[in-house]
Amino acid sequence: MLNVLIEPLQYGFMQRSLFMAIVVGIICAVVGSYLMVQRLALLGDAISHSVLPGLAIAFILDINIFIGAFIAGLISTVCINIIRNNSKIKEDAAMGIVFSAFFALGITLITVVQKENKIDLNHFLFGNILGVSFSEVRDTLFIASFVLLIVFFFYKELLFYTFDKLGAESVGLPVNLLDTGLMILIGLTIVASLKAVGVILVLSLLITPPSTAYLLVNRLNQVMLVGVFVGVISSISGMYLSYYFNLPSGPAIVLVATTLFILSFLFSPSQGLITGYFRLKFNQ
Amino acid sequence: MTNSDCLKVENLTVNYRQVEALRNITFHVAPKRVTGIIGPNGAGKSTMIKAMLGLIPYQFGSILFHSQPLIQQRQYIAYVPQRSQIDWTYPATVWDVVMMGRVKKTGWLKPFSVMSRVIAKNTLEKVGMSDFCHRPIGELSGGQQQRVFLARSLAQEADIFFFDEPFAGVDQKTEAIIFNIFRELANQGKIVVVVNHDLGESINNFDDLILLNKTLIAWGNKEEVLQEENLYNAYSGKVSFFSHNSKFVA
Ligand SMILES: Nc1ncnc2c1ncn2[C@@H]1O[C@H](COP(=O)(O)OP(=O)(O)OP(=O)(O)O)[C@@H](O)[C@H]1O
Ligand SMILES: [Mg+2]
Repeated sequence: MLNVLIEPLQYGFMQRSLFMAIVVGIICAVVGSYLMVQRLALLGDAISHSVLPGLAIAFILDINIFIGAFIAGLISTVCINIIRNNSKIKEDAAMGIVFSAFFALGITLITVVQKENKIDLNHFLFGNILGVSFSEVRDTLFIASFVLLIVFFFYKELLFYTFDKLGAESVGLPVNLLDTGLMILIGLTIVASLKAVGVILVLSLLITPPSTAYLLVNRLNQVMLVGVFVGVISSISGMYLSYYFNLPSGPAIVLVATTLFILSFLFSPSQGLITGYFRLKFNQ
Repeated sequence: MTNSDCLKVENLTVNYRQVEALRNITFHVAPKRVTGIIGPNGAGKSTMIKAMLGLIPYQFGSILFHSQPLIQQRQYIAYVPQRSQIDWTYPATVWDVVMMGRVKKTGWLKPFSVMSRVIAKNTLEKVGMSDFCHRPIGELSGGQQQRVFLARSLAQEADIFFFDEPFAGVDQKTEAIIFNIFRELANQGKIVVVVNHDLGESINNFDDLILLNKTLIAWGNKEEVLQEENLYNAYSGKVSFFSHNSKFVA
């Protein structure tokens, strides 16, 4: 049994990718908790799809793809806000318009340049965790530490702001700054996760572990902690499944996370579908 | 009513894009009195409070306290939003919510002090919610939720209190508890502003009233404001009032 766990670790690429998957599982669960409680799941999807043209342009200009992706994500949120604030188009429609446009632009750019640059569109869409380099692991670790420190030090302000924006503003908290800060954390997290799961599946790592936790516990910090636990378990199990059964890593991680969500959905002591049914029967 | 301890709203006009919500409103709110803002749904009561707190921009007017713009003195303000502005499914406990009242006093990068915890405990006790400390806020009744928010505002140790419809979904017993606390705050010399669209028996608990319907219909002490003519203007004749034993009944 122990051998089963240790065997893959003799390969450097497996060590790197497993470590990467764990780090990504942690920050996605923490930052995704803020997305979930603010009902901004769609925004996570919008930003992740929107970073694609940034990745492509960074590739063409040969700059760090993290920077390209981040700028594209930023521009897309600005576009969404411009449309929402200056017309009667609602936020969700504005997101739909902007993120699909950016996504289309990104796919077009990558398709055009992929031949001469020997890059693969699929790696952008679904990640390529087995191919992570040491420097990519280092960059991700750096982003993750930054994100976690910010959340740790501004936890009480962010809790107040995400729970009651008007109340927070009324006491003089800089709500625009907090809002921008959260957007930046979300953008950084998505960018840091792209290598692992790609733009399409990153939403799952952001939303599924916190939602699983939300069915089990009642405070934001607990949602984050349990979410991290779920995220890390998913990452590790997903990587091993992918190693032994030759499955694509990103989807394997997502499927484990989804399985844990379904378990929580059915068996959560307070919220579970099946536990609720038995509680009703028992009480009769 | 014109001394400098009053909160003074002068010529306030608020628009949402093209829609005019409030036009040319002027009134003063005195300390040591419980002041109600009343008017029908959509009259602009919440808008008025939000504009006073600087939560929405206004096109014209001034809001002064001690001759300075009120929004520069946020440390003295406590505000409880209308129920519908809060997401009651948020994963927070009663304790989490009350401690939010201490965030600003605590300051950046610092954990809550022992002092803050003691204050939060005391305010919860005051509103009779100590036993619910660890309950998720979504699992409380409407009246209990209002009391938790009241505790949060008390924990802010403010001088000016704004409550937007604190009696929505609250039974008579809880309403009495809440009014007692308002009275206590007023007696301590605080400014207490309460939005209330209900014109029932409870209106007798206010000292002063501000009657709104997009424009200011009347303001001053409640006997002056609750004239049939004023109410007719505000509610377009849908309510008729008669005075009986010096109590007002709808
Ligand atoms: N964000 C907004 N954008 C545009 N119009 C708004 C907005 N908020 C309120 N209004 C409009 O402004 C007017 C006043 O609304 P407000 O919420 O202040 O009323 P209210 O007196 O608090 O009513 P209620 O008793 O229902 O709480 C209404 O006509 C409303 O439709
Ligand atoms: Mg209102």
